[in-house]
Amino acid sequence: MAKRDNTPTDLELKRTEEPSELLRELVAHLRQNRTQLREEWVVRISETRLLTAMTKEEIFAEATSVYDSYVEALETEAFEALQAYARNLSERIIPRGVETHEVVGIVLLLRDVLARSLFAKYQNDFKKLNRILDAYEPAANRIANTVAVGFVQERERVIRQQQEAIRELSTPVLQVRERLLILPIIGVIDPQRARQLTEQLLRGIRTNRAKVVVIDITGVAAMDVTVANHLVQTVEASRLLGATVIVTGLSPEIAQTLVTIGVDLGKMNTVGDLQGGIEQAERLLGYKVASIAEER
Amino acid sequence: MEVPILKQGAFLIATFQAALSDADLNQLRMGLVQQVVKFRSRAVIVDVTAMDVMDSFASRTLREIAHMIRLRGAETVIVGIQPEVAFAMVQLGLTLEGVATALDLEEGLAYLNEKFKITNRG
Repeated sequence: MAKRDNTPTDLELKRTEEPSELLRELVAHLRQNRTQLREEWVVRISETRLLTAMTKEEIFAEATSVYDSYVEALETEAFEALQAYARNLSERIIPRGVETHEVVGIVLLLRDVLARSLFAKYQNDFKKLNRILDAYEPAANRIANTVAVGFVQERERVIRQQQEAIRELSTPVLQVRERLLILPIIGVIDPQRARQLTEQLLRGIRTNRAKVVVIDITGVAAMDVTVANHLVQTVEASRLLGATVIVTGLSPEIAQTLVTIGVDLGKMNTVGDLQGGIEQAERLLGYKVASIAEER
Repeated sequence: MEVPILKQGAFLIATFQAALSDADLNQLRMGLVQQVVKFRSRAVIVDVTAMDVMDSFASRTLREIAHMIRLRGAETVIVGIQPEVAFAMVQLGLTLEGVATALDLEEGLAYLNEKFKITNRG
């Protein structure tokens, strides 16, 4: 930047100190006073009762690495690295029961602790303090934002993973005899799960060449109209693949729902319980079950 | 596109290729009934394994074919509907009501043989 030869005015002084120079200066200060500032921060964390799920030693260990990452992010403005660090940190602490407000809380506390220390250092030069804060604040805000977003993204990833695991657990299609499949449904069915069940069942009918399917819904407490319709569609789609469906275990509430939506019960084969359903299925397939003792 | 119609004893087997036009479907409807008359067939198996979509026109045509063939005293079995196609059909409310269905050709023949309790001759 070109300098004029006459006496520099305040305006000139402002221009000669690049923001990056100011940033370097404050980063140097934060590094020099690292031990003291970090200690102050840990004290503030326990005063505000954050991170109660973690021990003092754990908090101290994490505080050290968060502090260093914070200062490094201020210096290098490498926010992707910070976001990766935040996700990594979240992966460690989410299972410990740490909440979003705690993570955002401690980052903001650190912001405050560091800001206060800057106030103290530059208290005699108000103009310089302002320039320092001009450099500090946008970077500090971006850091808080980045860490919060990283944390939330990690939580969302965990939630998606768990949802997927639950879905896989709860929809087994089981072959109990030649040409006979059982689909025991347990828990809450939402439209998405209902759709997945249907796809899985149809594939199972084709793979196992099933002629009869028993869908047992004893473990389903309630079913809304959308899902009840889906069940009817499942029965119809199975028929298109040449399989007969027997539905067992309807609770009184679900029976009511089916009647309300006007299901043609002539089209739907229902039996009270799973045992009855399997017995009927066996009859349809031409099996007869006889006790060995009787046959003698 | 001509749909090949094969004779298997007392049954006829019509194998759909993928992507039949409306004109093809109309032609098939007439053709199948004529063949049933000509050979005095007891049943027709329509194999739709190759169809990856089933629209409402195709679905209605299949029901009409089954209806017309029943008027000749013969049975129709639709076989080979793919899981994805079945799913899409029921969502559109196309259920092929009143028409027999089976998983594939083998199952279709087993069903008919059971029903008529005959073995195929010639």
